[in-house]
Amino acid sequence: MNIVNILEEIEKVDGEIYERLNPRRQAMKDFFNVGKKISLAAMPLALGSMFNKAYGQTTLPAAVVDVLNFALSLEYLEFHYYNHALLGTDVTFTYPGASKAAITVIRDHEKAHVDLLKGALGASARAEITYAMTDFTVGGAFPVYSSYPTFLAVAQGFEDTGVRAYKGQAGALMVSPGILQTALQIHSVEARHAAHIRQMRTTPEGGNVAVKPWVSLGAAGQANDSGVPALDLVYAGEDSTMQATVSIPPLTGAPTANDGQKKAAVESFDEVLAKAKVVEIANLFLRTGFKL
Amino acid sequence: MPVNNLLIKTLKNRIMESLKENQETSPKETDILDSRLQRRAFLQYAGAGAAVMALVAAGCKKDRSPDMSFGGVTLDFKDDVGVLNYAYALEQLEAAFYIKVASAPPAGFTQAQKNYFQDVQFHEIAHREFFKKALGTASIGSLDVDFSSIDFTSATSVLATAKTFEDLGVAAYNGAGARLKTPANLVIAGQIVSVEARHAAWVRDQISNGSFADLASLTALGASVSGGLDAALTPDKVLAAAKPFIKTKINVINL
Repeated sequence: MNIVNILEEIEKVDGEIYERLNPRRQAMKDFFNVGKKISLAAMPLALGSMFNKAYGQTTLPAAVVDVLNFALSLEYLEFHYYNHALLGTDVTFTYPGASKAAITVIRDHEKAHVDLLKGALGASARAEITYAMTDFTVGGAFPVYSSYPTFLAVAQGFEDTGVRAYKGQAGALMVSPGILQTALQIHSVEARHAAHIRQMRTTPEGGNVAVKPWVSLGAAGQANDSGVPALDLVYAGEDSTMQATVSIPPLTGAPTANDGQKKAAVESFDEVLAKAKVVEIANLFLRTGFKL
Repeated sequence: MPVNNLLIKTLKNRIMESLKENQETSPKETDILDSRLQRRAFLQYAGAGAAVMALVAAGCKKDRSPDMSFGGVTLDFKDDVGVLNYAYALEQLEAAFYIKVASAPPAGFTQAQKNYFQDVQFHEIAHREFFKKALGTASIGSLDVDFSSIDFTSATSVLATAKTFEDLGVAAYNGAGARLKTPANLVIAGQIVSVEARHAAWVRDQISNGSFADLASLTALGASVSGGLDAALTPDKVLAAAKPFIKTKINVINL
């Protein structure tokens, strides 16, 4: 236990820790004075009170609050989707092999993200989204809780949307480096989920779907590689082969036949999705009155 | 003229000492005009309050001194060019590894594994070439790799190395993203890191199905189980982990 490392650890998740502490000169002064008198064992408590004073009265920038609440909405949706699949009494499919364990891992991560974002937002957190506010069948179009392949297809859509959504909001978090890093750490976990769900879809029980762990080009050369036309919205623009001002093809060694060059270029970079598009996707799964 | 000699010697020593101090002080700490760092230093060292804490703190102070020796390439983290070159270095390492695997896969690989190592090879080449083109004359150039510790005939050795590289790549991008100052560069880094995370997840599942996002196994790389957070490491830690695989000396400044 030492204060240098504590402050450095906090700086990792909150780049503004030193700025936060600074305006609270009185809090710091009180703390130092107390520090002279208290024992080593009491230090953690004293530190806690110092940080309460530092954080208690400071507010996050409005743009950061917006992004975090947007992320929180998506995490609520993802959490309920998996949580209901694990606990819902109306779920009729059975989990083959290790799939239930994998869905549990993913559900637990989504729950951790909800809790983390709620904690970071504090009083600025949006109202809770409950399972009752959602309709993951989209009016019965997707039998997600009676068909295991459909459940996985929509899960893939959720995860790939999440990956694109976080990427799209990263720029707005640059004002808070610590929060940006946390968002990036959530972002890559969603990408790991997406890769695994995609692998689950390739199993016989999952529907023998020909998807790769990474977002590739669709079978007919379209941007949507999921094999589910209803998910076109999720993959719009994923077929880009230009990054910044650089054309990714030609790629030395990559095949030229069967769109080989384009496939490799598309797979190499995941694409951003604008907030409005993400909202459109999320709203498909929210009942009237609870849409974003 | 012993007095003169003594004076000269003292003066020399003083100059040497002052030079040495300058060298030993990290760039971050020399930037005393930056009020944020002053505050940081104040909070960390004076702010410890209790004397005993200050002593513990001093004992645990992390060494931030850059390597000032010559030779090799230099990553200057003062701006985005340094961060992008850092990514370029790591992508060179990954591309070289996958090119070698894809050209002669281990006999133990399944056809699906051979196909996907081909795919990943192209992804890493695409990343490497992107940075090379984007950086242009500001690029650090090509690095020499050292894969002598890898048994390329063994599926186990190749998969274990791929896992190390992919998890490290994720940690590197996650830990360096906030250093970027230009939003477009951050977007590019985000576009690449999620692909690296997909690689990591797939490779991990090849080793042990279901370990795609085993955050508990990634805590040494900065992951958090309770927060559901992936790995994130500062560049110095990433480069230390990558060092055994890179022959070219990499100097780091302004970190």
